[in-house]
Amino acid sequence: MSDVAAYWRENIRLVIGCIIVWFIVSYGFGILLVKPLNTIQIGGYKLGFWFAQQGSLYIFVALIFFYAARMNVLDRKYNVQED
Amino acid sequence: MELRTMTFLVVGFTFALYIIIAIRSRVATTGEFYVAGKGVHPVLNGMATGADWMSAASFISMAGLIAFKGYDASVFLMGWTGGYVLLAMLLAPYLRKYGKYTVPSFIGDRFYSRTARVTAVLCLIIASLTYVIGQMKGIGVAFSRFLEVSFEVGLFAGMGIVFIYAVLGGMKGVTNTQIAQYCVLIFAYTVPAVFISLQLTGNPVPQLGLGSAMVDGSGYMLDKLDLVLTDLGFKEYTIQKGSTLNIMLYTLSLMIGTAGLPHVIIRFFTVPRVRDARSSVGWALVFIAILYTTAPAVGAMARLNLMNTIQIGEIGSPTGNLEYDKRPSWFKNWEKTGLLKFEDKNGDGRIQYYGPGLKDKEDEFGWKGNEMVKVDRDIMVLANPEIANLPNWVIALVAAGGIAAALSTAAGLLLAISSSISHDLFKGMMMPDMSDKTELMTGRIAMAGAICVAGYFGLHPPGFAAQVVALAFGLAASSIFPALMMGIFSKKVNRTGATSGMLCGIGATLVYIFWFKGWFFVPGTNMLPNTPDNWFLGISPEAFGSVGAAINFAVAFTVSSFTPAPPEHIQHLVEDIRIPAGSGAAQDH
Repeated sequence: MSDVAAYWRENIRLVIGCIIVWFIVSYGFGILLVKPLNTIQIGGYKLGFWFAQQGSLYIFVALIFFYAARMNVLDRKYNVQED
Repeated sequence: MELRTMTFLVVGFTFALYIIIAIRSRVATTGEFYVAGKGVHPVLNGMATGADWMSAASFISMAGLIAFKGYDASVFLMGWTGGYVLLAMLLAPYLRKYGKYTVPSFIGDRFYSRTARVTAVLCLIIASLTYVIGQMKGIGVAFSRFLEVSFEVGLFAGMGIVFIYAVLGGMKGVTNTQIAQYCVLIFAYTVPAVFISLQLTGNPVPQLGLGSAMVDGSGYMLDKLDLVLTDLGFKEYTIQKGSTLNIMLYTLSLMIGTAGLPHVIIRFFTVPRVRDARSSVGWALVFIAILYTTAPAVGAMARLNLMNTIQIGEIGSPTGNLEYDKRPSWFKNWEKTGLLKFEDKNGDGRIQYYGPGLKDKEDEFGWKGNEMVKVDRDIMVLANPEIANLPNWVIALVAAGGIAAALSTAAGLLLAISSSISHDLFKGMMMPDMSDKTELMTGRIAMAGAICVAGYFGLHPPGFAAQVVALAFGLAASSIFPALMMGIFSKKVNRTGATSGMLCGIGATLVYIFWFKGWFFVPGTNMLPNTPDNWFLGISPEAFGSVGAAINFAVAFTVSSFTPAPPEHIQHLVEDIRIPAGSGAAQDH
């Protein structure tokens, strides 16, 4: 039972970490900090604008696959995987 | 070949494809009807989810919204994708582990309450039905514009196709056709975008083209767009115009609304294992992001093309504007639909299209106001290939893509509605000892009924059709998402807490929306004009779903702390869904 509790605690920690990144790239870089970031130019993109319309979406995708991969490791570590 | 013939051929070919798939995916059990036998490959399920999620609004309207709102439309780009991160980490794997067929049945079991289950069914039906009306309208519009048949004929053709594959094949038929529809719609969306990006920037990848320099040597494409717009008195494209708080809450409402929409959630009930549910959400977002990262390029480039078509020379010079008689053929085509309107206010036979920033120069230039009195945002994607002079087959493809986007979303929504009617209301409440065969028949009848109701509303759209998207997301965000999340992440939230939380969340959101948009959307019954000065803290009705969700969480936790904890077996249920081991094995697909 304590193993399952530890599994859940590690999962929650992972989720919180991912949600913080999720928040920073969209609400942080894309909205709250958009003006200062827009003073930085990468190619033809203003950085804040890029995060709001492109960057945050790429990072969302990466986050989900990162989470899925880490959870597969965690499932095996605590022996709660399906097969 | 003539455009109309070409369009008939392309659309006819896709319809034939959907029917072949439908006939090959007939089902015989409720497990196949509701969740495709839990045998869908996670990548294919991701593709089906992409088509399920991307509606007529994503395909047709979004790029137009971006074209006219610029940075502020980022709300939709982030809002309609960020929800998948929440879905992958907070809902999908646990609900897949639970392994039931519908969203309300989890809510009913976890909160051991029929009231909670019925509340969830009601939210689901209202949210999904309002959503489906828009798809039906989209199908009719696409048909009438591109095939020049009447709106009704288009609508009936669409209904007929959905009827064949959804009634025969249930989730299995819907999944297989959605995979095909994804391929059609993404091809149709990206091909014109690649062409236009090449024309303007020389870069074939629209996502990179948007950040590249123009081929004519006039600097970066976005800088050019900012310059053209500000010169003509419009607001700068890349900067923020709305209030920060509203933009944040609006984005959040769309994100948690997305994660809480039942027709999206049930897609992840169809994969074989919990670990597949996690990765499948990732694949879904990959397929969605292909369109969503292309849309900003389509929007910006279409806007630039539109401005340059009309403003051909120096601003203010007598020959700087396009002569009305020399307008291109796409301009004439869209004028016929009424979505594009010109009015020669100063009688010079030329078109002046400019924003409020040029008000004080009007006398100097001899202008009498903006003459493009209507530019409907929906035409930006549909007219884009014509504006860029692309070949006819590309235009035909766009028509087929728009229809695919609307059909796939409509089918997903109708499935969510019919499965909760047959499984939650009939099997769950009225006739618990119904046989599998009877339940399958009930599901099919519910599906047929839902298609007819949706068709009726498509033909006779209620006046509020445009307003209801706010309602669908508001309901999903303020009721379903918090209830599911608390059901998984808290063992303390009990029956009374969850039910009162849902009711308060929905109540607050509905009242706020009705307050500014009229009670039940009846025009003239709103309590205050729907303008930013009247909104509470500047929060628009569309953005209020996140406040409703916060109310839901707060009420549920408070009430639960004063009332008895959930019974022992419910606490075990929560512990059980938190670990992947022991999920139901996959059946043959």
